[in-house]
Formats: sequence, structure tokens, C-alpha cells
Amino acid sequence: MPSMPFAKPSSAEHLHDISRFLYREAWLLDQQRFDEWLALFADDATYWVPLEERQADAIETCSIIHDNRELLGLRVRQYRESRAHARLPLARTVHQVGNILLLDDGAADEVLVASTLVIIEYRQERQRTWGATVQHRLRRVGDDWRIVLKRVDLVNSESELDGIAFLL
Amino acid sequence: MQTHPHEHLAMLVQPDRVHRSVYTDPVIYEMEMTRLFGRAWLLLGHESQVPKAGDFITTRMGREPVIVVRDDDGAINVFVNRCTHRGALVSHLARGSARALTCPYHGWSFGLDGALKWVPTPGGYGDDGARRLAALGLRRVPRVANYRGFVFASLAPEGRSLVEFLGHMASSFDDLVDRAPGGEIEVAGGVFKHAYDGNWKLVLENHLDGIHPNYVHASSVQIAREAADPGQPERPSDIAIRQMRQNGAPEPVWESIGMWTTRQGHGYMGDYHDDSRLVTGLHNPVFADYRARLAARVGAERADAILRVTRWNSIIYPNVSFMSQFRQLRIVHPLAVDRTVVYTYAFRMKGAPEQMFRDTVAFANVVNGTASWVLTDDLEVYGRVQRGLSAEGCEWVDLARGAGRDVADDHDMQRGVTGTSEIFIRAQFGAWLDYLTAE
Repeated sequence: MPSMPFAKPSSAEHLHDISRFLYREAWLLDQQRFDEWLALFADDATYWVPLEERQADAIETCSIIHDNRELLGLRVRQYRESRAHARLPLARTVHQVGNILLLDDGAADEVLVASTLVIIEYRQERQRTWGATVQHRLRRVGDDWRIVLKRVDLVNSESELDGIAFLL
Repeated sequence: MQTHPHEHLAMLVQPDRVHRSVYTDPVIYEMEMTRLFGRAWLLLGHESQVPKAGDFITTRMGREPVIVVRDDDGAINVFVNRCTHRGALVSHLARGSARALTCPYHGWSFGLDGALKWVPTPGGYGDDGARRLAALGLRRVPRVANYRGFVFASLAPEGRSLVEFLGHMASSFDDLVDRAPGGEIEVAGGVFKHAYDGNWKLVLENHLDGIHPNYVHASSVQIAREAADPGQPERPSDIAIRQMRQNGAPEPVWESIGMWTTRQGHGYMGDYHDDSRLVTGLHNPVFADYRARLAARVGAERADAILRVTRWNSIIYPNVSFMSQFRQLRIVHPLAVDRTVVYTYAFRMKGAPEQMFRDTVAFANVVNGTASWVLTDDLEVYGRVQRGLSAEGCEWVDLARGAGRDVADDHDMQRGVTGTSEIFIRAQFGAWLDYLTAE
């Protein structure tokens, strides 16, 4: 990760563009438009919610979620199953995205973006609040972006947690 | 403390049913903490979690916070994690390493053997101070024993030995450890801690239950069936897809796998997998390599005998569920009559190909992960069971499947008439009643 975590002035337009992408991603989740959300991910994408603070790898350390595109697709499909007990009814959520920083907008067609995420989750008479720092690695595809990596570090990932049956 | 008389408890546990209050009554819960968790051997962890002198972990034994620490002689001691002065936790960390265990409140400092080494202003204790302070070492948990690296303790000064307690279930630990080509296993890969709003017994009644997967896990079975078939070359998603599919094994498979229990409430089920990522899949190049390494250490004949053991979950009542084939272990911690947390651990086999541990991690994510396709539905159902059991108009929990047809087997075990017999829950309650009514 570069030592200078702020975008260059020339990136202002870039940042605006990326911010809109992240807001739209959150909006799709909150509107439960999961197929459209899934379509934001590149075929080689990784969706990662580490278990441990500053977790370095997902191969030899467990993860709350470590999905390739195929597994993420299964995660979305489970929402449509008639006997998905923990997902019926679906949790309603607000994904609040903030503190968007462009960490790396080098010459390549990929950017690394940091943000913070506050989620309000409601289901079955219980509301939970989640906080996370997030990294997106986005790939420029034509006029749009695709997610190559979404890493969500929950501040309470190492806590004793009830089941998580919504998308972060 | 309020308690129920023995006659009352005995009425709650009948040969083929139990009264709902065993899951919902706070008085019974407190009795369980005192008489069951306060007496039984409880698994605290594995010696690889405290490899060097001064290494410690903290955990719970029912209501008691405890600290497990290795001392300078290499012995593993278990102390109540409470300063003998004014009561603070001596350590609030899940794990660490220290030369002394020092209370944050007034600096009382205890050696790795529990002895009180230092207090501020010792003159304040007068002429008799030395004698008084010598008696204020950390309170030692009365009995500690180790089986194949697994550290157990009991809060009861007397009782059956760990070997007697485990009985033939010791062979499930053998199964877990013997598979390591290097002769040892170690805890690695992180700890999931999944909680639910339900009684602690519900999780132990679920892990040997071969009927529930086709219902509780119906949605993950279905999506996995619709996914592309696992195969060659293997994909990173294969472990998840295979396990999710396997939960949809047809009824005759579950009927045939076998279910064994002991008088102590322990039990294990046979394996229901035809998974080539398990060691039965010896055509798999990783397993061929693994088998060769194991054979190099113990000989081909012994290696084959080790790999022929096909157990799935084993339960050591009242706080452990584990399995050897993907090397997972879960410790159950009751928090309240209707609140439980399960800590799940993974093991690395020393001397095995690296891929074996990566498979262990991938399996943990799909089965024990807090957001897993599989576990989330278990947790949801535990919560619904607890809510349903609050109904006073329906008093009994039915445990009659296979009742009256249990089969006496070798090693002082009882076998279910089929693999889906609820014998394991009946055995758990048999032990439960023994603990709660013993003097």
C-alpha cells in the first residue's frame, strides 16, 4: 500500500466517479437488487470478510467470508430459496458509505479505494449495527468499473457473533 | 441458590422424551453450571496453544473464568482467572505470554505456578503477613489432565479419571492425532465464535443429527446441486460445494452410517461422505502424497488402518464436538439458559502437505463460518427451537426415534438401531440426570 493515502489533485474527477460507483453498490444492496449487485463483480473477483484483525491471507487463516465469483453467486442464489431459514425474511439494511479515499490510482486500469461502512441491519425484531473499513480494488471496463476485490474488515470480526445472513 | 429436588429432575427426563423446562428453566441452568459443568471433565484447549513457558490462554468452565498457563517446568496449570485480592480478572486477553500474571488493580503478581510473588506495601499485613499472603496464590482448578495433547480440567476435586470419563471416545482423539504424518497436530487458522439465542444443549443435540441436514440445510443443498460439478481440475469452491451437497445425502445413507454412545453422554456418528477431498479419495494427488508421508512414518499397514476410520462428528459431553477428517473442533460455552457461544478451532497436521491445512480452512469457512451458507441456518433454527420451547401448552420434547431398540456394542457402548436413532440425545440426558442428581 502506498505511504501517501490521498489522491492527487488531478484525481478529483476520478474520485467523484468512484464515489458514485460505491454509492450505487450500496444502493443495490439496500434495494435487494442482488443480481445487479453481483454483476458489479469481475469474473476473477474475490469477496472477502476476514476473521482476524489485519489478516494477511485467506488461505491459511479462516475468514467470515472468502468467496470467489462462483461462491458469491451461490450466496446470492440462496436468498431465493424457499427454505433459506436464516434469510426468510431477508434482513433489511442500510449501507452507509463514507470516508472514500483513493489509495492507488496508478497508471494501470485498476484503482484501490478505501472507505468506511456503517450498516444498520434489521430482521425479526432485532436491529444490529455494524462498522467496517473497506477496500475495493476496481478495474476500469469501458466507461464503468468492475469489482476485483472487496475486502470488508468488520471492527468486531473477532467477537462472539450471531449468524450473518446478509451481504456486507 | 434455589434448586429442584431430585424427584422433580427425574420426572423431566423420561425414556423417550424430556420436559421442555430442561431448556428454559433458569433454576435448572444454574444447577447445570454447578453440578454438570462444575463436575465433568471439560476440554479447555490444546497444548499447542501454550507451547512455551509463560504462554497462556483464557477460557471458561461453565461460570468460571479460567486461565491455562504453561509453567517453567513445562507443566500446564489451570487457575481460576480471578485475583485473590479484590477479584479482578488477572488477564482479560484471549491469549498471551508473560513471565508473571499481574493483576491490573493493585499489581498483585503471581508466578506461572500460581504462587503469589509480590504485593505492594507488604508491611501493611503486619507480622503475620507472610503466612497470609502465602495462602493467597491463584485458586487452582482441582484436576487437570491431558489426552494426546488435549487439555481437560474438572472443577471437582474427586471423580472418575479422564481416561474413565472418555472411555472408548478416546479413540476419536486418537483418530484425530494419528492421522498426522508428523505425529502431532496444532491449533491454527483462527477461531470462529458463533453465538445463538438458545440453550447450550441444542448444539450438542444437532451435531449427530442425521435427519436435520435435509431440512435445515435444504437451501444450501439446493444451490450446491445447481452449481457446476466439482472435479478435475479442482476449483477453489469445490470444498464448499461438496460439503453443501453432501448434507443432502438420501435417507438410506443417514440410516446406514452408524451412531454410537456412551454412558457418559458421549457419542459419535459414522461418516456420510463420498468426498474425494477426504482421505477416502486416494486417487487425489494431494492425498496420495499425504498417505505416502503417513506410511513413511508408521508403515503402510498402520497407515491404511488409520485412514480406514470413517467417523464424522464425535461429542464429548458436555462441551466438545469435533471431527478428524477436516480437523475441526468446537467448544460449547453456555452463557445463560437461552444464550450460548461455540468456539471453533482448526488443526494443522504436522508433516502433511500444505494443501491439507488449506482444505481445513476452506471447510471451516463453509461449515463453521459466522456467515456460512450452512451454519447460519443451524443458528436460526436453534433460536426458533428456544422460542418454541417457551410454550407452556406443549410440555414435552419427543426423543422416541429408535427408542427401545438400542443395541449393546463393544467397548461398553450403545449403538442406535439405525444411524438416525435419537439415541445420542437420550444418552446425553441419561448422563445429564446422573450429574444433576449425584450427591
